[in-house]
Amino acid sequence: MIESPLLEVENLVKHFPSGRKRVVRAVDGVSFAIRRGETLGLVGESGCGKTTVGRSLLRLIEPTGGEVRFDGRDLLKLRKGELRQLRRRMQIIFQDPYSSLDPRCKVGAIIGEPLEVHGLGNRLERRERICELLKVVGLDPDFAGRYPHQFSGGQRQRIGIARALALNPDFIVADEPVSALDVSVQAQVVNLLQDLQERFGLTYLFISHGLAVVKHISTRVGVMYLGKLVELAPAEEIYDNPLHPYTQALLAAIPSPEPVERRAHEPRLAGDVPTLIDPPSGCRFHTRCPHVTQRCRIEEPAFTEVAPGHFAACFLHHSDVVNG
Amino acid sequence: MNILGKIGLLIIAGFFIVAIFAPLIAPYDPVTQKQQPGNLPIEERLKPTLSHPFGLDDLGRDVLSRVIYGARISMQVGVMVVMISALIGIAIGSISGYYGGWVDRFFSGFLFNVFMAFPSILLAIAMVAFLGPSIRNLIIALSVIGWVGYARLMRGQVLKVREYDFVTAARAIGAGDLRILARHILPNAIQPLIVQASLGMAGAVLSEASLSFLGLGVQPPTPSWGVMLNDARSFLSVAPHLLIFPGLTVMLTVMAFNFVGDSLREMLDPKLKR
Repeated sequence: MIESPLLEVENLVKHFPSGRKRVVRAVDGVSFAIRRGETLGLVGESGCGKTTVGRSLLRLIEPTGGEVRFDGRDLLKLRKGELRQLRRRMQIIFQDPYSSLDPRCKVGAIIGEPLEVHGLGNRLERRERICELLKVVGLDPDFAGRYPHQFSGGQRQRIGIARALALNPDFIVADEPVSALDVSVQAQVVNLLQDLQERFGLTYLFISHGLAVVKHISTRVGVMYLGKLVELAPAEEIYDNPLHPYTQALLAAIPSPEPVERRAHEPRLAGDVPTLIDPPSGCRFHTRCPHVTQRCRIEEPAFTEVAPGHFAACFLHHSDVVNG
Repeated sequence: MNILGKIGLLIIAGFFIVAIFAPLIAPYDPVTQKQQPGNLPIEERLKPTLSHPFGLDDLGRDVLSRVIYGARISMQVGVMVVMISALIGIAIGSISGYYGGWVDRFFSGFLFNVFMAFPSILLAIAMVAFLGPSIRNLIIALSVIGWVGYARLMRGQVLKVREYDFVTAARAIGAGDLRILARHILPNAIQPLIVQASLGMAGAVLSEASLSFLGLGVQPPTPSWGVMLNDARSFLSVAPHLLIFPGLTVMLTVMAFNFVGDSLREMLDPKLKR
């Protein structure tokens, strides 16, 4: 039985206006699908558009073009009231645990606000639900009466997670949820997210700037570069058999506990990220790619399935190159 | 709050009490004239005495009582002007900053600049001259020129606060614009406006005095500090106390509000905290 994916994204485009007649092509035609219950990791350097993708999916940013289908319904065509109802099913966890909680609201009010906005339960029921949610994320229910500044980064992130869970969503965009935390706390929060996924049958889009963090939680991993998806594959596949030179470079950038064993052929990335206002012609990675050919500079490689379930946008792996 | 701020607060509290309980505190009625013996020179007749510590004015009215009643006008004008202009400013500034786009271009790009371009006291004079001099019209005129400062400040604050993730979080849970503005943006944006309001009080008291001095505010015989200063002009050489006492109270009030404003600014600005 083939279940339809929970979320389908087709040719998503977001251009931000930047001065006169110039646009920043933050996201430039990205397509993928997320199956129910899986975690799709989305990885890329800062500025590659991964956060814009995440926020566009929830229409927190209005996409310039493309299609986003959530459970079969086109999100971008929904009217205000319909969108508001659908927001109960999709939530977001933010990167910065400091700016994501209103410093002037008590924790209980922050976690209870989603319930209040959607008119769920009376005051007493909401209070019970807030206590329950605090317990679910591993915090003391008594914390409801305190202010956010009384908590550490990790605790704040748990509060943010509790808020996201309040409406019993199906889908959560986790926008670099551990990037701002201490390494020791990162693992705890990732584990919590995994527990919650099992317990509530959640589907995640897990955004991160490094492949190391995504490894433990992802079912599949997508790699973005300059507003485009360059590779998408099951998690093990991407770590064992990365096809796109950019993915290979990202993997090489993961610090190894045994530096001596570093394979010598691992490519290192040189140069700066080109600007999104005027991205390079052809393959956008050609300015930094160690395997660049003349064709890469002119023609843009299509995002194609090079092995079952393994997509990549690189001429090195297109069948015509492999065969020829 | 630093020591100057506390002193300021004390002075302001004092003036408010005086204003509220003026009929109980004032030793004489502020508009009744006292019969005076005609054989004394004017200096002798008007100068401060034990029964009239601030002296009498040229019409034989008790200056202390007039200063006390004048506090009513000044405080009333100050509070009303700040309240009205801050409310208008906060509303327009929030809308302009939150919605951006053509709304913002109209308000901040056009309307704010138009109002800023007028010399404000001239605009107030023109308005009062048009509407007719009275306390109510004075308050209207001062509010019309006062709201732009609050609006500009509020717009800037909202532009900053709306970028925080907790605003995005509120949108993600489906909260409406009104709720986001009232619950999340306003409480986080309002701080500098409190400072602005306390400084605005000083400005309003001063403007009231200036306009009344010019005869465009409070009308005689109602006592106001500005009116008293105006009346005192002709007797400057023979009865300087007519100028000194209302002048001192204006100075004290303005100073007190400025002290409070400055120390509030220091208190609320984390960067200045040591």
